[in-house]
Amino acid sequence: MAEDVINKIDEKVKNNKVMVYMKGTPDFPQCGFSAHTVEILKSYGFPFASDDVLAESAGRGGFKRYSNWPTIPQIYIDGKFVGGCDIVHELHERGELEPLLKAAFAK
Amino acid sequence: MITPEEIKQTLSQALPVEVIETQDLTGGGDHWQVIIVSPAFDGKGLLEQHRMVNDVLKDPLADQRIHALSLKTYSPAQWQKLGA
Repeated sequence: MAEDVINKIDEKVKNNKVMVYMKGTPDFPQCGFSAHTVEILKSYGFPFASDDVLAESAGRGGFKRYSNWPTIPQIYIDGKFVGGCDIVHELHERGELEPLLKAAFAK
Repeated sequence: MITPEEIKQTLSQALPVEVIETQDLTGGGDHWQVIIVSPAFDGKGLLEQHRMVNDVLKDPLADQRIHALSLKTYSPAQWQKLGA
């Protein structure tokens, strides 16, 4: 059963240019860190997929094990784990997030 | 709950630390912002730097003494560039 959860995450991460595991939804985030992350991503205008980790269907604790990262949100770009809210914020500030997104969508 | 002294001590025992600052974000002792400058971060990406810190603090993170951790990590060169 545990492997099913991991496989499901793996599939979503690989099938979406940008995949976000968050608390709540992009329109109704349930946590300040998730809200801030989504706000930054939205500002670039690229589409992104998300799963609400508070909803059972998202696969419970699997996402923390998959990324080996202790907190939510978790952001994947082009199948690679980028980090959480702080890292996305910092990359955004440094101007390094847009090139990552552009490269992913240029493929 | 965890004290700022515990956070600083745990980190500085595990990593060479030049600057370490903690801020209790909510006053509840479990939401922390930590700024760390360490030569151990030289040449490493942000993800790896944050992983190093999370790893050192994995026990208090796992047992929820730290509920939320906001990190700002810099190598000494990156820190100098900030003009801090």
